Amino acid sequence: MTQNYYGWGLPIDISTHGAGIDKLIWIVHIAMVLLFVGWLLFFVYTLIRFRERPNHKAEHHGKHFKLPTYVEILVAAFEVFLLLAFAMPLWNQAKNQMPPDDKALHIRVIAQQFAWNIHYPGKDGIFGKTSPNLMDSSNPVGLDSSDAAAKDDVVTINQLNIPVNTPVIVKLSSKDVIHSFTLPVMRVKQDVIPGQSIPVWFQATQTGDFEIACAQLCGLGHYRMRGFFNVQTQEDFNKWLQEQAPK
Amino acid sequence: MSDHSHKELPFWRKYIFSVDHKVIGIQYAVTGLLFLFFGFCLVMLIRWQLAYPGQELPFIGSWFPETQMIGGIMLPEFYYQLGAMHGTIMVFLGVVPLAVGGFGNYVVPLQIGAPDMAFPKLNMMSYWLYFIGGVLMLASFFVPGGSAQSGWTSYPPLSVIAAGGQTWWLIGMAFLINSSLLGSVNFIVTIIQLRAPGLSFNRLPFYVWAQFVTALLLLLAFPPLMAAAVLQLMDRLAGTSFFIPTGLVVNDAITHFVGGGNPILWQHLFWFLAHPEVYVLILPAMGIVAEIIACNTRKPLYGYKALVYSVCFVGFMSFVVWAHHMFLTNMGTTMSTFFQITTMIISIPSIVILTSLILSLWGGSIRFNTPMLFAIAFLPMFAIGGLTGLPLGLAAADIHLHDTYYVIGHFHYVVAPGTIFALFAGVYHWFPKATGRKMSEFLGKLHFFPSLVLMNCIFTPMLIMGLAGALRRMYDPTQYAHAQAVQPLNVFISISAFCLALAQIPFIINFFYSIFWGKKVDDNPWQATTLEWATPTPPPHGNFLKAPEVYRGPYEYSVPGQKKDFWPQDMKGAN
Amino acid sequence: MSDAAEIRFISKPHPITGVTNSKLGVWCFLASEVMLFGGLFSAYILLRIGATEWPHGSTILNVPLATLNTMILIVSSVTMVMSWASLALKNFSKYRFYMAITILLGIAFLVVKSFEYAHKFEHHHYPSTNNFYGIYFTLTGLHGLHVIGGIFLNLYLLLPGSKLWKTNPEQFMGRVEAAGLYWHFVDLVWIFLFPTLYLL
Repeated sequence: MTQNYYGWGLPIDISTHGAGIDKLIWIVHIAMVLLFVGWLLFFVYTLIRFRERPNHKAEHHGKHFKLPTYVEILVAAFEVFLLLAFAMPLWNQAKNQMPPDDKALHIRVIAQQFAWNIHYPGKDGIFGKTSPNLMDSSNPVGLDSSDAAAKDDVVTINQLNIPVNTPVIVKLSSKDVIHSFTLPVMRVKQDVIPGQSIPVWFQATQTGDFEIACAQLCGLGHYRMRGFFNVQTQEDFNKWLQEQAPK
Repeated sequence: MSDHSHKELPFWRKYIFSVDHKVIGIQYAVTGLLFLFFGFCLVMLIRWQLAYPGQELPFIGSWFPETQMIGGIMLPEFYYQLGAMHGTIMVFLGVVPLAVGGFGNYVVPLQIGAPDMAFPKLNMMSYWLYFIGGVLMLASFFVPGGSAQSGWTSYPPLSVIAAGGQTWWLIGMAFLINSSLLGSVNFIVTIIQLRAPGLSFNRLPFYVWAQFVTALLLLLAFPPLMAAAVLQLMDRLAGTSFFIPTGLVVNDAITHFVGGGNPILWQHLFWFLAHPEVYVLILPAMGIVAEIIACNTRKPLYGYKALVYSVCFVGFMSFVVWAHHMFLTNMGTTMSTFFQITTMIISIPSIVILTSLILSLWGGSIRFNTPMLFAIAFLPMFAIGGLTGLPLGLAAADIHLHDTYYVIGHFHYVVAPGTIFALFAGVYHWFPKATGRKMSEFLGKLHFFPSLVLMNCIFTPMLIMGLAGALRRMYDPTQYAHAQAVQPLNVFISISAFCLALAQIPFIINFFYSIFWGKKVDDNPWQATTLEWATPTPPPHGNFLKAPEVYRGPYEYSVPGQKKDFWPQDMKGAN
Repeated sequence: MSDAAEIRFISKPHPITGVTNSKLGVWCFLASEVMLFGGLFSAYILLRIGATEWPHGSTILNVPLATLNTMILIVSSVTMVMSWASLALKNFSKYRFYMAITILLGIAFLVVKSFEYAHKFEHHHYPSTNNFYGIYFTLTGLHGLHVIGGIFLNLYLLLPGSKLWKTNPEQFMGRVEAAGLYWHFVDLVWIFLFPTLYLL
């Protein structure tokens, strides 16, 4: 728990898909710094060389530059490269390349002011029926106890455990306002919008204790809408789920 | 109309309910500056809480009522009010009124050789609507539950179920929207109809072009926000469910809304305004910077035509990029591809504008006076602001950076050391025209250099924090483990912000001192070419003693074979 | 100072653009109004697409009354043109006659509309009932405010504002024309609202 994963750079990445995002961020920033420094050197040189001084006159017909046109074309080409090589494939991967349903662990996350309700389907692998009319503080996801599939469902508050090296599909929904489900180490961030059920998927590559954050202002308690995100070995995860199961 | 009467108007007609564009411009500018100062005070309270969460605010903490601070310790309610109102005040009550209402009103009619705006009475109404909107916003701090606290973006359903101040915010916005509507109609008509003879569109100072495009953006982008505000008011007051989906459960109880609405609808309508709004913030600033650079390099702008085309293209494109603020609202690949491409496209004309402004320096004879210092500092600051927009415009990188301090750093680089520096440049540059006196160069430089350093001390660390994943809008930034590592940066930023406040003192002293005791100057102290310098100083009612005629482009500096190094637009024959 | 201080093109059109200031201003204003109602219409479309059920307007709204109102507004647009044309023919009393008719028709529209509203409230149909009623009341209410604004504008031109006819007929005609453009726009919005809300 006390292990320090975080410093001044990007947070550590324990996801299978995050490396692409990180690489994109790095490439953009290196290009930005190069462009800016080159530009700044030219800028400072110009300011010094053309400062007002005796016997120096401004030229009405200034020099015509070819270089900027090339730089602009280069920047445009670079942007096209970023779009084609990174941004579009990565987005496609996040949105359209969900792991197959039968291979993945399915979890529902229901956000509310100011907690994350985590809903596991239990042994039968089927989520029990839920209804907004049944939601209260003892039944935060509004589980319908008359439904057979609901009997073995596990509901936790602010505690998301997943097994390592297993694809996970999380269906996000919200009871009240817009939240944003954020797993910084997993490079996952997705707005949770009331009235919609939005899937995200990820797969962890190492175990450890991390956190869930809310990234969208959701009210006065927004800052403390923090959940725990533990990546466990498959055995630990099974054991944990069994402990949580209703007796 | 008062134009015909030579008799003295009473004080209240001359200075308070005036129809003279110069008086209105100054009213706008002074009110805007006051709001900027007030918005900055709000953010300093925020900075204290961010650097020292839960610690008592020294000296003034006990002045606040118990609904805001208890024993000098800020409550989350108050923190979120400060956040929402800082954004609203800076954007809608500070920068835009100063840039468009203030400089636009004062300078545009002068630069095009017009006696006034086309509709002087509408102009006065525009200011007073803005004033009422501002008063409503300020008053909302004192209503039960406090002011708006759902961010300046006011996303529903949060804003619909929020406390009473949100209604005041919406009504205040309605006033501001109508104010800017009247203003923009006035600018468009004035620029199209009232240009002096000979002042064709390709002889127009770049600043006027920038204001023209800005006015078009205001005219067409604000109404959808009006529509959104009406819908949200209906949700709040009449109980409709435009932004409320079915089955909303707040605090474990089903709400009274029937549902069936869509929260994302608000975001589309809001960002359809708010993205062009970004360009409303930046285009007048670019215009001011261009004027000052041309004047102080003593040479024409580089690529005037490219600048004009770029500014028009940017204006047009700004209408089709709005959803890049919404990548994380479950956007599919088609939509995200479209908005990523438009976002990349809009970066190109911005680079062209920036490049042209830098190349304008080449071959000049650069005078480093205070307005020029602020104007050239705008260039690298805006460059950082623009470049950091790039990773945010790429949906995949946005996954990590969205709603972090990276975003805050990015847009503040554009607006604070960007636009606000340009506005300071404008104040120093046109102050002699409005008052007949120059501001002190020494105090000006004492204002400039610390401000430049401190602005960077504030906003560069924000970019680093954002990369580390520190999220925005956190009442207590130390809650999350991943943000604790960068918490020392928060302390550094806050101390820099307090110092930045001190660095504004020379400006305030300079401003008031120079009104009364500044060095007296003649009509054209900067030896500039554009028409505003062809009037008496300060310009009388009606501006020009003789209707001006224009014979050449706006930046005829250092023309070979001329006696002087500037050739005013209205000078008939050689000089 | 007098000629330099004069704002040009108040009553005479600009030689190049061919319009007076006020006419250009009204066109700009209408462009912004198009964006306002465009935003609301887009909201309507998005809400309707997203809704699980959406009532047919014709089944719950009073189509005959709305048809009557459509006719009233169309006729009022015609009388508005007639009042302007009367000015062009230098017939001021006819102008007043047609202008008064236009105003009365505007008021008639509001009266019919208020009957419709009252009827809905009697049956406990409020904006909060469902999103159909919500958007119905919002759109027609906002349109109604525009009608009220137009009536006040026309009243001004009928009574105190008409003094200008004696001193500067050209400028006065420009004002009537500008008010007419606005009035036609309000009419046009209704012509979009009527099928959208009542028929589709």
